[in-house]
Amino acid sequence: MAKRIDVSGLSAYYGSFRAIEDISMTVEPRSVTAFIGPSGCGKSTFLRTLNRMHEVTPGGRVDGKVMLDDENLYGAGVDPVAVRREVGMVFQRPNPFPTMSVYDNVAAGLRLNGSYKKSELSDVVEKSLKGANLWNEVKDRLNKPGSGLSGGQQQRLCIARAIAVEPNVLLMDEPCSALDPISTLAIEDLIGELKERFTIVIVTHNMQQAARVSDRTAFFNLAAVGQPGKLIEIDDTERIFSNPSVQATEDYISGRFG
Amino acid sequence: MSTVVAEKPGSLQGARLPKWFPYALAGGSVALGIGISFAAGLDSNIQWGLIAAILFIVGTYVIATRVEGKRQAKDRIATSLVWVAFLLAVVPLVSLVWTTVARGVKVLDVYFLTHSMGVVADTETGGGIYHAIIGSLEQVGLATLMGAPIGVLTAIYLVEYGRGKLAKAVTFFVDVMTGIPSIVAGLFILSIMLQFDMEPFGFAGSLALAILMMPVVVRSTEEMLKLVPNELREASLALGIPKWRTILKVVLPTAIGGITTGIMLAVARIAGETAPVLLLVFGNPFINNDPFEGAQASLPLYIYQQYGGGVETSYDRAWAASLTLIAFVMILNLGARGIARWKAPKTGR
Ligand SMILES: Nc1ncnc2c1ncn2[C@@H]1O[C@H](COP(=O)(O)OP(=O)(O)OP(=O)(O)O)[C@@H](O)[C@H]1O
Ligand SMILES: [Mg+2]
Repeated sequence: MAKRIDVSGLSAYYGSFRAIEDISMTVEPRSVTAFIGPSGCGKSTFLRTLNRMHEVTPGGRVDGKVMLDDENLYGAGVDPVAVRREVGMVFQRPNPFPTMSVYDNVAAGLRLNGSYKKSELSDVVEKSLKGANLWNEVKDRLNKPGSGLSGGQQQRLCIARAIAVEPNVLLMDEPCSALDPISTLAIEDLIGELKERFTIVIVTHNMQQAARVSDRTAFFNLAAVGQPGKLIEIDDTERIFSNPSVQATEDYISGRFG
Repeated sequence: MSTVVAEKPGSLQGARLPKWFPYALAGGSVALGIGISFAAGLDSNIQWGLIAAILFIVGTYVIATRVEGKRQAKDRIATSLVWVAFLLAVVPLVSLVWTTVARGVKVLDVYFLTHSMGVVADTETGGGIYHAIIGSLEQVGLATLMGAPIGVLTAIYLVEYGRGKLAKAVTFFVDVMTGIPSIVAGLFILSIMLQFDMEPFGFAGSLALAILMMPVVVRSTEEMLKLVPNELREASLALGIPKWRTILKVVLPTAIGGITTGIMLAVARIAGETAPVLLLVFGNPFINNDPFEGAQASLPLYIYQQYGGGVETSYDRAWAASLTLIAFVMILNLGARGIARWKAPKTGR
């Protein structure tokens, strides 16, 4: 199911402001790729170009190519809705639907897409909640509101919701930044399990986290405020953290920055 | 073992007036106010009330300044002013409800609610408001069926889709429409009716009421939709859910409580409109169940006409009809609150 992402010459704009410039990289299937870099360098922006969520922002515009296996996401006639079914996303802040129960939250993607069999729905919900390591905590309160869970549980609920539609790729934008160390660990373990099935891209500000969970790491940087962000290098995580080929990467990772 | 340190009054503590001070002063001011009015031979309730309020505020300031200092005194003055403003707002409301209830219950009974004025002259006793209730329900109901959906859809357009010039223009016209006096809305429909040589009928009134209702619904719905966090929209879109389903299944349910409240308030507003009904529906002492044919009655119009009757029994009927109208609006409001609470996003465990 997992697919390879191949980005070439990608720039993204907010109105006339170019937020990221000329990014090219390959994201391997069944692996975790981490994005690191200083605040404002365009990690979230780049991540959102990978499932065409960038254009949801007013004024959002993209140049370049993103190949998902052999299909260009920005090709003529490509339906962004179809793209988002293939490339799921988990946001920085947990955002379960407040009007829906735990069960309905997980089932939302299937139900609202209209592409499901009634008999299979509860199996899918159970499988997704188990996949997100949440089943044991919520199995007795599936019909309670999703917003009644703790922050960490809510984030795992959002992960369950995202994997319930069986995407090929899962994008995560700082999924642990609002969580305590134990929830963070739970989600990191989960990422380790999920990469068996999905291609995972994760943005993080936590160097240890990037080192722990990812196979490859991409370092982004920007020349100055108001300048577009750029990809500095992407390499195996071990290489990046032990012996990066660019000095700026080493400075950033070791905390000698600016 | 820890030693217990006795609490000493420190620099953080100042002299405070006792808790009962404001109440005692309020009681004293009222008593003094009544006394002064009595001595001076003033007989208006408003006069002693004003004297009492002034005494209370001046008294608070003077005493609090001496005991507690300037800052606390100002704090107390602000508190008192808020209380006075609150009472000023509540007094007319309470007296209005009280008068309406007191005068309305005289003739308000089952007979009154189930009979029309068909065979009763305005100067005679008897008769009722059945025809007016039917008229009001039909006219307001039809107006809501037209005004609410158009209003909600316009708001959805403005918040979810509207960009650029068209959205600005729509917003501008909604603002203008909010300011249209109800009589003008009535005249507008009347001018069309006259073109086609039509006689007054209920639905014409509904059209004018719908015009009055729409901008109110647009405004309140817009506010409610703006309160729905963008994150929810993005979460839904990122699941590969199309935008229209996102709006229908995620955005609207999240805001539905507030939207319903807004619609109910708009309904309550148009239920009391008299001017356009007077022009377009005309009024009719007989029961007319058909809003599309012939003149109809309506509650506000009935009140206006009965008050014009000029005799005690028609006044009584006017008050009883007012009471019915207020009760109707109140039920709508309670209904709206109920729905808002029932549909509100739940946070409990
Ligand atoms: N909605 C927007 N409209 C205009 N400019 C934006 C918008 N969102 C982000 N930007 C700009 O784009 C640039 C990249 O922002 P982005 O959010 O991608 O950074 P980031 O690397 O994710 O930062 P952080 O680590 O703080 O999340 C920044 O200069 C930011 O000001
Ligand atoms: Mg970000």
